[in-house]
Amino acid sequence: MSARHLRGIDDVGADGLLRLLDLTDHMAEVGRRANPKVPALRGRTVCNLFFEDSTRTRMSFDTAAKRLSADTMTLAVGSSSVNKGESLRDTVETLEAMGVDAFVIRHRSSGVPWRISEWCTASVINAGDGWHQHPTQALLDLYTIRAERAARGAEGFENLRVGIVGDIRHSRVARSLTEALVLLGASVLHIGPRTLMPPTPLAPSTDDLDAALADLDVVYLLRMQLERIDSAVVPTGEEYSRRFALTPERAKRLGENVLVMHPGPINRGVEITVDPAYLPGSVITQQVTNGIAARMAVLFDLLGGVDLDVGSPAIGSGGAAS
Amino acid sequence: MSRDAQGGGVLLAGGTVIDILGERRVDVRISGGAIAEVGERLDAADDEVIDVSTMVIAPGFVDLHTHLREPGMTEAETIETGSRAAALGGYTAVVAMPNTDPTQDCVSVVDFVRAEGRRAGLCDVHPSASITVGRAGERLVPFAELAAAGVRIFTDDGSGVQDDGLMRRALEYAGELGLTLAQHCEVSSLTAGAVMHEGECCSHLGLPGWPALAEELMVHRDIELVRLTGSPVHLLHLSTARSVELVRAAKADGLPVTAEATPHHISLTDERLRGFDPLFKVNPPLRTIRDVEEVRRGLIDGTIDAIATDHAPHPGHAKERPLDSAPPGMLGLETAFGVARAHLDLPLRDLIALLSWRPAAIAGLGHLHGRPVEVGEPANLTVLDPSVEWTVDPDALASRSSNTPYRDVPLVGRPRHTFLHGDAVVRDGVATR
Repeated sequence: MSARHLRGIDDVGADGLLRLLDLTDHMAEVGRRANPKVPALRGRTVCNLFFEDSTRTRMSFDTAAKRLSADTMTLAVGSSSVNKGESLRDTVETLEAMGVDAFVIRHRSSGVPWRISEWCTASVINAGDGWHQHPTQALLDLYTIRAERAARGAEGFENLRVGIVGDIRHSRVARSLTEALVLLGASVLHIGPRTLMPPTPLAPSTDDLDAALADLDVVYLLRMQLERIDSAVVPTGEEYSRRFALTPERAKRLGENVLVMHPGPINRGVEITVDPAYLPGSVITQQVTNGIAARMAVLFDLLGGVDLDVGSPAIGSGGAAS
Repeated sequence: MSRDAQGGGVLLAGGTVIDILGERRVDVRISGGAIAEVGERLDAADDEVIDVSTMVIAPGFVDLHTHLREPGMTEAETIETGSRAAALGGYTAVVAMPNTDPTQDCVSVVDFVRAEGRRAGLCDVHPSASITVGRAGERLVPFAELAAAGVRIFTDDGSGVQDDGLMRRALEYAGELGLTLAQHCEVSSLTAGAVMHEGECCSHLGLPGWPALAEELMVHRDIELVRLTGSPVHLLHLSTARSVELVRAAKADGLPVTAEATPHHISLTDERLRGFDPLFKVNPPLRTIRDVEEVRRGLIDGTIDAIATDHAPHPGHAKERPLDSAPPGMLGLETAFGVARAHLDLPLRDLIALLSWRPAAIAGLGHLHGRPVEVGEPANLTVLDPSVEWTVDPDALASRSSNTPYRDVPLVGRPRHTFLHGDAVVRDGVATR
């Protein structure tokens, strides 16, 4: 049984997440082929509706759709050009009239994918709404954790301890990932100053990164928006880094199998002051790679892709049809 | 203009009168704009007889807080459509909020609103005026000049007066003239960008919060300014438990503080925002169940003096914007009685007090509205059907906008007839003009 939308983690639940993780495995296998394209969603149209700039996420979704042979259209409306009076509903209804099976939506305002899903019959996939949710990021993060831990001989989410460091309050990545990890039985610790925490905690929290570090299996660093420093939510960037950045000293204290993750793009010198390329536990590049497979899994699942024995060479070669 | 002037009057037969004097079963004859006779089994003579035997005859309601949107925002509402909504809601008088465009901060705009209200002829429209010019929070309006034009309530509603010193001077100056300042309590430095109540719900939804403290700090400040100046303050749309406590303590100290609460703050909580529907966005925001219960308690024990609607129409497209950029506000006039009835455990007479004579006194309208149903009194009445069941249909409301948060909600009780200066402006639930 598939959900119709992926607006937030709520839309899938624990079983749905595990199913999507397994499906991501298949999609990752497709991605490793010489020809990483399959015909699963041929004839389907995916519309990328980006009201906020996001080159990486948009390219990741676009690549995922193309690898499944879906047609794509992209409307990138930079936030600067979005007139506050513009009717979202009119935009969506116009596009849907062109024949859209799924909208991939990024918007700077929390909740927009929920509203849009009330106005159209297409599936709605949230590619990030305000400070609220970013479920495909959570899915690719879960997948990366599962795959990288398996490669290091560890399994399951039940005893996993994840520390999310930084601006939890304004982070859709933190909200989706926390919700997903807790659903799967992991324990989550939010690490940062009170001014960057939500008014009501979404997980146990601390402002002492050094004390927390020893007990973590995953250190997940959030991007620190520089405008938060300007608006005096933290006193200075320098002080933030001293308290909450992954510094070379802290990196040395990480256990051998501890994963270091970041949703990108990284503010070098702010949340991380060590070159991630020299961090043995860094899986930041793998996150990006896995993003395509995770988004393929979501598109395939929601759009009811059929006949996809993605492991079958016959279909794999059939994917060459265009 | 009034119909009965042309011939016989109207006899309301078989109903129950509920007013400030109590409850009694009597007929009421209306003639010449006034109540001509009250008594048992009155002779119809050549009057039109309206059978109100299952109904309650009450003084018309008075809304201390109506946004009529004219001048300037007539796509949302006009003085006429808002007056019609008011009449259908049982209101015979409304205080029109000054956040129009241009602002009701000078005699010419105030006179325009009053004249348009009179032209519509559906309820008495009493314009309020702002406290500061353009509601900018900087310079005081000409209070005496506006008072001479009939304004009794002054407010910068939509925002609070942030400057403590300015508010103090406003109270000193206006209090001396016998005027009442009404405050929208919100310390704006605590609510920058706020979309909904700050708490658990906003933390999950990733929306900037409007902390209860932002209201309570200004409630507290204004109470202390009343203590200092002796001038009265009316606190608009209280929404938090602590605000109610502060007002209760102020009243115990004998301070001239009055307060109102809206039907939505006693019936809806911030959980309604979980679907991100801007229909539930309002300022002050919907709060927690604990706040809702305390505001109800405040209305029941008399801490809060009146129910006021904060009727705030917005066109449909404005409520289709993302939640953070959609304007706050919801309709209230046509549903206030039914919603209040469903959420306040009060005898009907106490409920009518909160809707009629108490707000009439605060608005300085006690000589015209909320009067006892007695011979010689102006016939500003509403006839309530207290047991009729109905369901809110946004498209069937008389307001030009349809942003009610009560779509498809079943309610019990609805005004059936409304008389304005003896004229039947609503008959059988239908506006006559």
